[in-house]
Parts: sequence; structure tokens; C-alpha cells
Amino acid sequence: MREALVEFRNVSFRYGEDQPWVLKQVSFTIYKNEWIAIIGHNGSGKSTIAKLMNGLLFPQEGTILINNVPVNEETIWDIRKEVGMVFQNPDNQFVGTTVQDDVAFGMENRGIPREEMVKRIDETLTAVGMESYRLTEPHRLSGGQKQRVAIASVLAISPELLILDEATAMLDPKGRMEIMQTVSNVRERLQLTLLTITHDLQEVVQAERVIVMNEGEKWKEASPREIFAEKKELQRIGLDVPFIATLAEELKQQGMPITNEPLNHEELLEDLWTLHSKM
Amino acid sequence: MNNAFIIGQYVPGNSLVHRLDPRTKITVIFFFVFIVFFANSLASYSILTAFSLASMLTTRIPVRYILKGLTPVWFLIIFTFTLHIFVTKQGTVLVEIFNLKIYSGGVIQGFAISMRFFLLILVTSLLTLTTTPIEITDAIEDMLHPLKKIKFPVHELALMMSISLRFIPTLMQETDKISKAQASRGVDFKTGSIKDRVKAVVPLLVPLFVSAFKRAEELAMAMEARGYRGGEGRTKLRELKIMKLDIAIFILFAAVAAGLFLTRVY
Ligand SMILES: Nc1ncnc2c1ncn2[C@@H]1O[C@H](COP(=O)(O)OP(=O)(O)OP(=O)(O)O)[C@@H](O)[C@H]1O
Ligand SMILES: [Mg+2]
Repeated sequence: MREALVEFRNVSFRYGEDQPWVLKQVSFTIYKNEWIAIIGHNGSGKSTIAKLMNGLLFPQEGTILINNVPVNEETIWDIRKEVGMVFQNPDNQFVGTTVQDDVAFGMENRGIPREEMVKRIDETLTAVGMESYRLTEPHRLSGGQKQRVAIASVLAISPELLILDEATAMLDPKGRMEIMQTVSNVRERLQLTLLTITHDLQEVVQAERVIVMNEGEKWKEASPREIFAEKKELQRIGLDVPFIATLAEELKQQGMPITNEPLNHEELLEDLWTLHSKM
Repeated sequence: MNNAFIIGQYVPGNSLVHRLDPRTKITVIFFFVFIVFFANSLASYSILTAFSLASMLTTRIPVRYILKGLTPVWFLIIFTFTLHIFVTKQGTVLVEIFNLKIYSGGVIQGFAISMRFFLLILVTSLLTLTTTPIEITDAIEDMLHPLKKIKFPVHELALMMSISLRFIPTLMQETDKISKAQASRGVDFKTGSIKDRVKAVVPLLVPLFVSAFKRAEELAMAMEARGYRGGEGRTKLRELKIMKLDIAIFILFAAVAAGLFLTRVY
């Protein structure tokens, strides 16, 4: 069996005594080196899950284990070395006055010696393709570039788990592509567990496993292909079904024998042009 | 960019003055401000002027740019000069227009005071012209370090300054965006009485404040997620180093100061 990195055991959370439960008895496991996605409608509790993972919030009920260590006041500083997070708004997480200062921020907090910082700044900025922007100020960068710097900043502390909480939501399609490309490159190079949080189904296709959240409860946990197959249900809980999945459904209803649930254009095309040999 | 007022605007460069440690610059300027008030003779003013002009030329920033940037200050200098000419009544009468007598003492006094003023402003503006705000912040943090002993929040102050520096351009861009959005909804910022214009600023400031608070909250969260827990045990990427050049400048400046005091003795 694979080794567990994150474990949620019957976790319930609310923002205040008089407020409704935001998470209700949520349990799941994230294994080492996997790419997992969490998807759900606005307000379904996704960001809350992310914040619970590195001790920005603590659950009222249940336990959260990172590498078998429970998350609590005493362990958060060590856990934050293992869990890095990129947030939605590129501007509001950029602390430094220049790119290299920003990448250094997390390392400075951990007392890493200067020579080591300089080395890691080089490495991580190269990994995200921002090495020529070292001295650039944030207001001269595009949103996508800022997010790449944010990823570099997190990689600089070499965490085991990288959480992207709707890190592409505020970007244009090009910026989105850039980030997803950067992320999969980085994941190939470093041994990294990846958690992407999104409400766009199209973004989960590369993940190995998907957790679907609905109103604070874990609604389903399956592979992207299995999730895609449940179009009606997804629509019911407020998620946009990608065009390809809808198209495949329509074609099926027209009597086309599409067996494999296609995840993207290529797969559907593959299905269609080999159709004749199947019939 | 607005060129009319350059005090506080950094001009990138690689001159000797640019390369000095910011702490050296701040220290020298501090003592310069101090010794300017000891100048009392033509010789002493010459020494200070020579030092200031030499520093100015060393920055390699165009002189015209620097002088033009001091425009608002010129007004004050001329005002001070005129005031002294008419108020001081010492020495011999130079000219007499109607009942107004201008004395030689007034001219000398006016000249001396304006010169002091000019030199002070010139030298201090050289600091901000050749030093990035973040370097100045680092220098202040380092120089205030001893105050930590009496629990003065030196690190927090420096962090606040650097975060402000980081967010000023962002908030400016945002102000621009909001004012355009409000203008397109019919808010008029440019015409009308003063009262109307002040009123027009309200729909600009309210969304700006709301968003600034949201930013602050998210930034605090992001900083914490990246392991920020105060100044304790932190290392720093930007480091300040005193080089041979800095020591040379200190010696040079000590010589200038010594020269100035010699002119007072003889
Ligand atoms: N700081 C807070 N105080 C009180 N309630 C909050 C706070 N943050 C979030 N909530 C509430 O908790 C619920 C879950 O929020 P959460 O941010 O986890 O949702 P999300 O799935 O990330 O949504 P989105 O897709 O909009 O990012 C929402 O109903 C929200 O209103
Ligand atoms: Mg969210």
C-alpha cells in the first residue's frame, strides 16, 4: 500500500460557534507523490480544507495528520515546512519588493543561511522559467508571472506537498496554461505531492484522483474519468461540465458507441476516427 | 513620471555614490546637516559647497535634472533671501529705494542662510536619488538595531516599511482603475467647486480602503503560510557590507569637517 502523506479523519469545522458547519465529517487520505484534485462549487469548503492542512485553521472535531503527525499549535511550524501553498490572488501573496526578495521570504523565515538562499533562488526561478526576472518589481509582472514566482517561493522551502488553491482562477487562458505547464514540469523534476483545488472540471483531468466536495461534505472520490461520467449529477451540485463531456454524451445519445469517457479533444477524436473499425 | 519634484525619486545608476553602503550615506548626511550650521565664513562655505558639488557630480545624474527637481525648493530659498535682505539692519547701506534701506549685512546674511538651505536640500536629495527605498529601509533597520534592547520593534517597523513600498505601486494602479470606473459611472473629479471635488473623492476612497483591508488580510495569511513568525531567528537575503570605499568616504568627510573647523579657529 502507498504511504499516506495527509490524513483527514472525520474532520468538522466551522468559523464560529454561532456559524454553520463548513466541513461535515470529512475523511480522506492523500498519498505520497500523487496528484490529487479537490473540486466543488463556491463555498463548498475547499479553501477551508487547504487552510486546515497547514494549521492556518484548526478543526473543532476530528484529526488531521501530516506524515502521521497531528496538526496542532506545537507542530504547525514543522508542518509548514512540509506543506506549501499558493493562493488565488497573485498580488496579495507577493511579500517582497522584487522577485528574488519574494522567493527569499519563506527561507528567511526559516533561518536558512544566505549562500543557500542564493543557490535555491537560482534553482527555483529556473524551474518556473522566471530566472531572468530576478530583480523585477511585482507591479511589472503579469498575473501568471506572479503566480509562477509564488510557486518558486514555495518550492524554495522544498515542501513535500504543494497546494494550489485556485491558483489559476484569476488568470487568462494563457496564464492558466503557463501555470499548469509549470506545475507538471516541476512535479516531474521533484518528488512532489500535488493538490490542486479548483471549480473548473477541465483542470482536474491531469490528476490521478479527484475529491468532489458538496456543501461541506465529501460527495465523491474517484478518478477523473469516473467523475466525468456523472455529468447530470455534477451539474446538479453546481459544477460546469466541460464541453467535451457534453459533446460525448450527445453523441452517445445519437447511438455512437463511445465507450471510454473522453477527457479532452484528442481522446474524443481518437474515439471518433477509430469508430468505423468498431462498428 | 512627474519630474517636477524629484526629492524621493530613485535614479538607477552604478556611480560611486550609488555603490556606497546606505548606512555610510545616511551617516555622512546626518553629520553634514550638523556641520552646515557651523559654517560662518567664505572659506567654510567654499569647503561645504565644494564637497556638495563634488558629490553631486559623482552621482553622474544630469545636473539639470537634479536642479530642476529642486524647483519647489528654489522658491523657498529666494523667499528666505528676500526676507533677510529687508529685515536685517547691519553694516553699511547699499541701496535706498524710497524708504527701504538695504544693508550689506542683510545681503551677506541672506546669502549665507540661503546657501545653507540649498546645500542641505541638495545633499539630502542625493541620498534618495542614489539609494533605493528598500536599501534605506535596510539601513534604518540595521542602524536602529541597538534599540531592540529597549524592546523597540525595529524588525516590525522595517517590515512595515518594506511592505508599504511593495504595495504603493499596486495601490496606485488600483486607484487609477477605480477612478476610471467611477468616472465612467459619471463621477466628476476634475470640475466643480472644491467641496464638490472633495465629495467626488469619497467613492474613490471607500472601495480603495475596502480592497486594501482585504489585501492586508490575505497577505497576513500568506505570510503565515510561508512560515513567518516574527523577527526571531530570521536570516536575510539582502545584506549590507562596509567596503574599502565606505571607509575612504568616511576619512574624506572627516577631512572636510576638520577643514571647516580650522576655518573657524583661524
Ligand atoms: N473567514 C471566514 N469567516 C466566516 N466564514 C467563512 C470564512 N471563510 C469562509 N467562510 C465560509 O465558509 C464556507 C466555505 O468557504 P471556503 O472558502 O472554504 O469555500 P471554497 O470552496 O474555497 O469556495 P470558493 O470556490 O469560493 O473559493 C463559505 O460558506 C464561506 O462563506
Ligand atoms: Mg476558495
